[in-house]
Amino acid sequence: MKYIDEFRDGELAQSIARAIKAEADPASTYHIMEFCGGHTHAISRYGLEDLLPANVRMIHGPGCPVCVLPIGRIDAAIWLARQPGVILCTYGDMLRVPGSKRLSLLKAKAEGADVRMVYSTMDAIKLAQSNPDRQVVFFAIGFETTTPPTAVAIKQAQALELKNFSVFCNHVLTPSAITQILDSPEVRELGTVKLDAFIGPAHVSTIIGSRPYEYFAEEYQRPVVIAGFEPLDVMQAVRMLVRQINEGRFEVENEFARAVTRDGNEKAKSLVADMFELRRVFEWRGLGMVPYSALRLKEPYAAWDAERRWDVPQDNPGDNKACECGAILRGVKKPIDCKLFGTICTPENPMGSCMVSAEGACAAHWTYGRFRDLEKSE
Amino acid sequence: MCLALPALVTELLPEDSAKVNLGGVTKTVSLALVSDVKPGDYVIVHVGYALSVIDPEEAARTLELFREMGEMAPEALA
Ligand code: SF4
Repeated sequence: MKYIDEFRDGELAQSIARAIKAEADPASTYHIMEFCGGHTHAISRYGLEDLLPANVRMIHGPGCPVCVLPIGRIDAAIWLARQPGVILCTYGDMLRVPGSKRLSLLKAKAEGADVRMVYSTMDAIKLAQSNPDRQVVFFAIGFETTTPPTAVAIKQAQALELKNFSVFCNHVLTPSAITQILDSPEVRELGTVKLDAFIGPAHVSTIIGSRPYEYFAEEYQRPVVIAGFEPLDVMQAVRMLVRQINEGRFEVENEFARAVTRDGNEKAKSLVADMFELRRVFEWRGLGMVPYSALRLKEPYAAWDAERRWDVPQDNPGDNKACECGAILRGVKKPIDCKLFGTICTPENPMGSCMVSAEGACAAHWTYGRFRDLEKSE
Repeated sequence: MCLALPALVTELLPEDSAKVNLGGVTKTVSLALVSDVKPGDYVIVHVGYALSVIDPEEAARTLELFREMGEMAPEALA
């Protein structure tokens, strides 16, 4: 397929790997965090870690929106789904995420709540149109990529004068999360890993552009390379970062110029700016309370805000003690460090959020990595 | 849930939408977030919306960079 297969060429991946080996200084170590779950997925699926020299290590960051949503927000969505007359709809990945007491939206559905899966916010609008006597709540989650589609749906609801549509907004912002990883009190508790450089988000950057990372690179003196999600993109980004580290530079470079510009998608950005405002603070699973890291609807759009329409509970029951998601999302631990990994916790029966979506570090390692562990131990 | 693939725009439809082909599968997506898309363009589609249009020249440049490295590899890096 065009723009896919060419970026998956195994021989070229080998030659980029050889270039990385030649450029990496054997006397130093390079710790590179990929922020996006899409990169984590590509790294596991194509075994990219095996191509890299031992002193170049990939650290999996928190970049999967399903994985970073705290349990309290899942409980709140389940609470909403159980309100009389409500149809709660959301993207498929959200349905299986366990909330507290291991209850998920899927289980709530089995117990009688009306929970539906949608592929797109357009489906959510259709659902509201065809169920005028019910309240349709869209459980909105995701980074900057899914926020503009939520905004389009609200615009549509406004144009159609839909009185039975609202959004439970959980949209979060990536640059503030990256900052938090380097700069938070929890680092002292959980310990921290050395982070020399970041692979910046692919699709998030199609919307926000590469510019927001410039401040970050400058302030924290860490290089950032925005990279696509195909294996060659990831390998090339590693090579560009190794080079920046060697040269003592900390710039934002764009490997994904075929889809990302410095300024991003102006149309989408202005739609989001018009409709959403920053929350003063929002909780991320694994990162704790992150200031100015999430969005809510502005006052003129209050009519479409589920949190204003219902008194949504704001508790946070905290994670299952045995689940190591928090440490994994910070790059401090690996999935195999979790006692539940692969025994009690599998993609069919996830205990924590990292096991739910294909981009979660635990699910990616379960699907593609564990056979390599076996080979290594033999 | 962030995985999204480039899809070929095959036909423009009313109400800011388009038919796209994603590795042989036809889908209808919204063009509400992009401008100036025409049939033959490749767009990155996520949750039913085109998020950006692929720039073929930049794509060719990136591939060229990989290829140069491939040619360089045997003698310089063996
Ligand atoms: S294996 Fe399961 S329980 Fe352990 S950290 Fe991963 S998601 Fe959590």
